[in-house]
Amino acid sequence: MTNKAAIRQEAETLFAAFRHAGAQPVEADILQPSETLLDLYGEDIRARAYVTADPLRGEMMLRPDFTLPVVQAHMAHGADPARYCYMGEVFRKQDTPGPRASEYLQVGFELFDRAAPEQADAQVFALFSRLLAPLSLRAATGDIGILMAAVRGLSTSDRRKAALLRHIWRPNRFRALLDRFSGRAPLPAARAALLEHLQQDTPEALITAAGTHVGLRSPADIAARARALIDDAATAPIAAPEAALLYDLLSLQAPARAALGHLRGITPMLPAIAPAVNRFATRLDALDALGIDTATLPFEASHGRTSLEYYDGFVFSFHAADPALPPVASGGRYDALTAVLGQGRSIPAVGGVIRPGLVARLKGVI
Amino acid sequence: MLKIGVPSKGRLMEKTFDWFGSRGITMRQTGNDREYSGAVEGIDGIELVLLSAGEIPRELSAGRIHLGVTGSDLVRDKLADWPAQVTELSPLGFGHADLIIAVPVTWIDVDTLDDLDAAAAAFRAAHGHRLRIATKYHRLVRDFLTRHGVADYQLVDSQGATEGTVKNLTAEAIADITSTGETLRANHLKVLSDALIHQSQAMLYLARSADWSQQTRDTLAALTTRLGLPAPTP
Repeated sequence: MTNKAAIRQEAETLFAAFRHAGAQPVEADILQPSETLLDLYGEDIRARAYVTADPLRGEMMLRPDFTLPVVQAHMAHGADPARYCYMGEVFRKQDTPGPRASEYLQVGFELFDRAAPEQADAQVFALFSRLLAPLSLRAATGDIGILMAAVRGLSTSDRRKAALLRHIWRPNRFRALLDRFSGRAPLPAARAALLEHLQQDTPEALITAAGTHVGLRSPADIAARARALIDDAATAPIAAPEAALLYDLLSLQAPARAALGHLRGITPMLPAIAPAVNRFATRLDALDALGIDTATLPFEASHGRTSLEYYDGFVFSFHAADPALPPVASGGRYDALTAVLGQGRSIPAVGGVIRPGLVARLKGVI
Repeated sequence: MLKIGVPSKGRLMEKTFDWFGSRGITMRQTGNDREYSGAVEGIDGIELVLLSAGEIPRELSAGRIHLGVTGSDLVRDKLADWPAQVTELSPLGFGHADLIIAVPVTWIDVDTLDDLDAAAAAFRAAHGHRLRIATKYHRLVRDFLTRHGVADYQLVDSQGATEGTVKNLTAEAIADITSTGETLRANHLKVLSDALIHQSQAMLYLARSADWSQQTRDTLAALTTRLGLPAPTP
């Protein structure tokens, strides 16, 4: 049997297991409109997806994942609640030679359910865990919702909170902003000089003095941000104890039950995270009930922050011992994405994908 | 024969000929000055291939030439994982230009990448699309902006007259090569203070995937000795 045939057989087995778990199979086009993907994922997707030109439909991409078409199909004519599974190739450009494939099969499972999101999280994780159990993989879990709740609860301006939330998936940028907002890093010299200049006159007068205006970003846009910068300069730094809690949260890494204990401990000082911590606790109970040992399940508050920016709650992945290999499976909750694609409607959604190629390799079938 | 690719016209060609000439290796165009063929004198076993500077990275990557002279900006932008494909033998000391990001002079609120990122977020919210940056250096610019955590932008392709795209409303900012900044000023643009993406100059490259027979290796050794360069290992 060729490798491809062996991998497809592995995929069929996983696909059958997802169907057995009540999922309805869905198909998706390989050619996806570039514009929607770019809008969702940003310019980075162009470096990762194969872009091609359609004479009538314009720029298209070979599907880099199934999430977009599956969510779109659900929002257009899906039942509520619903569970879906899919199987097919995805395409990712690779810029360096190595073990990462540029074309591989994915088998996925998505659960759309507004009744009990934490139960849904646990069901998806337990299903993946059971299917992958023979491979003795290392599981990793996280919860971006707790981090987001902590940021929303900071006693600082809405503008600063929005800036932090916007960069929650870019750890370096997030850290730099937090360092500045909490006064841990000095105001950069360039910003100080800019502020000094902005204080010389009204933004409108400074814009006129700067020279001829060109471009679509209007003088009103510019003046609005100039005023925002001046306001921001007068904003008090985030209080040290509160900032310390956020730094602590960013580096929290412990078995899930112990992490819950730690989070319960800091909740009185950061009350805004209470609902998110309660959801975390509910999820752990649900996982326990499904036979997952949460006393040993690894948890990292920052897990999943560097992946594509749509997970906004529970996140998980399963890894082989070889660190050069990509995750064998990964997934998470993406409620906000359904709102973006649903044009006013949204539904809580959680799901994940498995790479049957890696499963076959780790089983020694190929 | 060891094939060396050299830009086929203009200042880049003249300066390349001068650089080799001052080291005792004469390169010249043969036939009339519109014919793209050349000759190398002062050393045996080398064939001169005159090519468009923009095509030299691709020819190096394919191994169709053993050595090539072109701008480091072109190699780094056009070749994926460039250090795996070519080796830098020597900078040639000319063709200096900086790849930078420029925005309209009236953007009094924008001086750094941090400002660009925040302005992009506000722009997207107000205008319904990402802030467009016109460039022909897609890989270099995207890698740089990703590394620095800039979001809410998109690149639009511009193969020439890039400074004009802002006035023509096809982009809000640009990323382009500049040497003196005069064209930028003439088009009412200013350079961000912390967005020097790459300092480019003409460079002599070795193609790793070229056919390195014993004969071409010997020629290469003779050539690098003449040029006063350390012996490379293809």
